[in-house]
Amino acid sequence: MSKYTLIPLLPLIGFVITILFGKQFLKYKTHYVSILAVFGSFVMSVITFFEVAGGARINEDVLAWIFSGAFKVSFGLMIDPLTAIMLIVVTSVSLLVHIYSVGYMHGDTGYYRFFSYLNLFTFSMLMLVTANNLLQLYFGWEAVGLCSYFLIGYYINKKSAADAGKKAFIVNRFGDFGFALGVIMVFLYIGSINYADIFANINTLQGKTIAILGYDCQLVTVISLLLFCGAVGKSAQIPLHVWLADAMEGPTPVSALIHAATMVTAGVFMVARFNPLFDLSPVAMGVVAITGATTSLFAATIALVQNDIKRIIAYSTVSQLGYMFLACGVGAYGAGVFHLFTHAYFKALLFLCAGSVMHAMAGELDIQKMGGLRKFMPVTFATFFIASISIAGIPPLAGFFSKDEILWLAYNGGPVGKLVWVMGTIVAGLTAFYSFRIVYLAFFGKFRGSHEQQHHLHESPKSMTVPLMILAVGAICAGWIGIPELLGGNNWIGQTFFHDVFKHPHITASHAEEWMVIGVSVIVALGGIFVSTYFYFWNPELPKKVGAQYPGIYKVLWNKYYVDEFYDLVIVRPTFWIANKILVGFTDAKIIEGIVNGVPKLIGMFGDKLRKLQTGYVQHYAISMAIGLFVILAIVLISGLK
Amino acid sequence: MVPLNWYIILSAVIFMIGVAGFLIRRNLFIMLMSIELMLNAVNISLVAYSHYLQDMKGQIFVIFIITVAAAEAAIGLAIIVSLFRNKQKIHSDEIAEMRG
Repeated sequence: MSKYTLIPLLPLIGFVITILFGKQFLKYKTHYVSILAVFGSFVMSVITFFEVAGGARINEDVLAWIFSGAFKVSFGLMIDPLTAIMLIVVTSVSLLVHIYSVGYMHGDTGYYRFFSYLNLFTFSMLMLVTANNLLQLYFGWEAVGLCSYFLIGYYINKKSAADAGKKAFIVNRFGDFGFALGVIMVFLYIGSINYADIFANINTLQGKTIAILGYDCQLVTVISLLLFCGAVGKSAQIPLHVWLADAMEGPTPVSALIHAATMVTAGVFMVARFNPLFDLSPVAMGVVAITGATTSLFAATIALVQNDIKRIIAYSTVSQLGYMFLACGVGAYGAGVFHLFTHAYFKALLFLCAGSVMHAMAGELDIQKMGGLRKFMPVTFATFFIASISIAGIPPLAGFFSKDEILWLAYNGGPVGKLVWVMGTIVAGLTAFYSFRIVYLAFFGKFRGSHEQQHHLHESPKSMTVPLMILAVGAICAGWIGIPELLGGNNWIGQTFFHDVFKHPHITASHAEEWMVIGVSVIVALGGIFVSTYFYFWNPELPKKVGAQYPGIYKVLWNKYYVDEFYDLVIVRPTFWIANKILVGFTDAKIIEGIVNGVPKLIGMFGDKLRKLQTGYVQHYAISMAIGLFVILAIVLISGLK
Repeated sequence: MVPLNWYIILSAVIFMIGVAGFLIRRNLFIMLMSIELMLNAVNISLVAYSHYLQDMKGQIFVIFIITVAAAEAAIGLAIIVSLFRNKQKIHSDEIAEMRG
């Protein structure tokens, strides 16, 4: 057991202590234990990060888990640059969310429960990223799903929260099923689930085919797509994106944690981790790229018209995750993970700002009822503004560098790359538009809420604003580790840090084209901001008119393309129908209850007939005995005669 | 010398009289007497065989059976007496408390 074991272990210890002693003893002091645990984990992660940047690579088994014949699984630790950067993302965001929650959850009845779940969530994600085998990855994968269920449904008395928790869990189940199949197939065909063995033998998969429904499919493609299936569920890509927006029912710090660090990034991480596998299958890569780009565009358009502040940010997450998959799909894993890194900071910041706004507005989420908050909550405004420019991709903030890296590498990625580049560029414009829509509607103009709300407006306490300010620094600076050479940097993260984890994509285009890509993305982003300013700052009446002019489009976007309704019709209702009519109405009522009630009834009936024999007359018994005696005698005599 | 089968036939006849009496008569005393008859029929055959086989075990058994029969008769009579005291009935058709 080395010191690296502490990274996942500390939050686990924190969880155990807080869940056991939180209710009776720690109560409203629970956060000391939780924060200390995560802080320790964060410090260890930073140390590890610098060691890894200095060339250290760790791969060790910590604890034997399953030993069964040739099948050996251990809880292990594998720390390479990919894991190291994930450790930084997870522990730093988690730490800030923990600190923020002290203010946000102040006085909540489930205070200890909240913090222990946060610790468990962090532990699960750390297990996921430090895994050195697929089963441990799967363990973390399911554990974050479980924690998301706990935390989304944290307000247990609220039906919508409980439903959203269930939805997240069930939708993820669809993806996880594919993922589990993928894991099993890897074991079947490679014979091991340790990363080291898998990547060493990955080439043996090439060229093999497997018959599925009579078609010969490339084995690598099948496995990659099955694994990607899990990523689609966990990272909320089309068609399994529906749970993420509903996950807003949880407390806002949880949203920040889910969206920035501990859950949705797992899919991107997994695809990046399995880059040698995905690289073997152009088909799978294409699917990843197109899914990512489509989701990105799809979610960005939905975000344009929503009014719920958290929902807009949630769709923005879906959209940005699409960006990361787009990057992975064109082979730019490094850029994808880089975007994951920068995204974690500005997205956590956006959410925590939204939480701060909610705190001030007494739980109000509708941006149409806000306005002018700039004057009341200057820190929240400033940090939200920074996050918005960062996500819009304006240099020199974090979002710009990672987004630009993705777009540039997509541009280099052949016909599919060109297509997703166009889509990505459009999304950049839309992102800038909806981000500034929130800024203008919530922070500028006149206050449109009720009088009580206006009276109640206040800046949040220090425990909330300090994490905001720290995250704002991240939202500004996180991108500086990957400044492209063209702009005078050395793209440290892509060229140096990730050099032995990901192959750097082959660059064919010229410097002029790179300038063009940068120029286009910046112009599009500025254009988005400009349009947003025009609509919501200079002509606040205009959006309504435009909406009224295209009621069809507006309605479709407002209803999120009716995906939920579609699923309701195609999956939820038939399932309920089967459950009610067949399982409850027939299987349960007729078969199960039939057997359970039928057996005693049959015995009762039989007994009813039998007790007629019991007449109570001694002679009746005597005669039956006599008859029996004669029958037995007769049998003995007759058989004896033979 | 009386042959063995005579004893056996006698035993069978007395046994059948006992069975018939037990089945046909309704008076509890008569039924009890019929049971004694059956027991003694068996005793006859046991003694007969014991003599025929020159084995004393059969006669030892008879002594046991007579002892048990005496005890049984005492208990049976006691039951009938107490039954009569409670119900003033001695006819087995009138006593069917155990009807299912």
